[in-house]
Amino acid sequence: MKIYYFAWVRERTGRADETVTLPEGVTTVAELIDWLKTRGPEFEFAFENERFVRAAVDQQLVSHDTSLKDANEVAFFPPMTGG
Amino acid sequence: MIVKVRIQTEDFDVNEECARLADGKNNIGAIVTFTGLCRDEEGRLSALELEHYPGMAEAKILEIVEQAESRWPLQGVTVIHRVGRIKPGANIVLVVTASSHRRAAFEAAEFLMDFLKTSAPFWKKEHPADAGLADANTATETRWVSAQDADDEATKRWQVKE
Repeated sequence: MKIYYFAWVRERTGRADETVTLPEGVTTVAELIDWLKTRGPEFEFAFENERFVRAAVDQQLVSHDTSLKDANEVAFFPPMTGG
Repeated sequence: MIVKVRIQTEDFDVNEECARLADGKNNIGAIVTFTGLCRDEEGRLSALELEHYPGMAEAKILEIVEQAESRWPLQGVTVIHRVGRIKPGANIVLVVTASSHRRAAFEAAEFLMDFLKTSAPFWKKEHPADAGLADANTATETRWVSAQDADDEATKRWQVKE
């Protein structure tokens, strides 16, 4: 599965994207965040205030309790500030 | 309805976009344009940097345009959002709505902007004027713009009452 990071989430994790294989037991966005946080201090930093991090699954904005079943692409980013 | 959605680094020409929307049609009675510019606050800013989520940004804008089309009788909509580094005084975003009547064109333009700001995946980063050009990209001297509650509030007025 492909993961994309944008804006300060990208800066904090130190990467724009990566391809991961989900470990057993990671079935929701929230569980993915919990697992990412175990991968290093840069991920702990990026997700230290999880409620400020928005998630999209296959380019649809979703809540953190959303299932990752059949997901090809997950993205993490701050609240949008365009316009 | 004619729809044009573009995300680009280049600037846009408001007159050109209006002319393109009206071209060859005689049933348009009103064209409303909104142009969002990069605003400098008392010389603090050297530039804004706009980042977007390619693919989702275009899809989300099209979704907002479809919602506008279902609410107002529109003949055409153009949305152009710039990305990359933008200097104070330069254009960031353009919304053009065309309709038979002004009310629909005005309201649809406001609707599009309200949702563009809060639900399309774009992010702004401020590069301060005193950071110097050489190291203006360093994260310690730049600041991501925070989302505003007022922008979220602005979308609520469009909620359809049951």
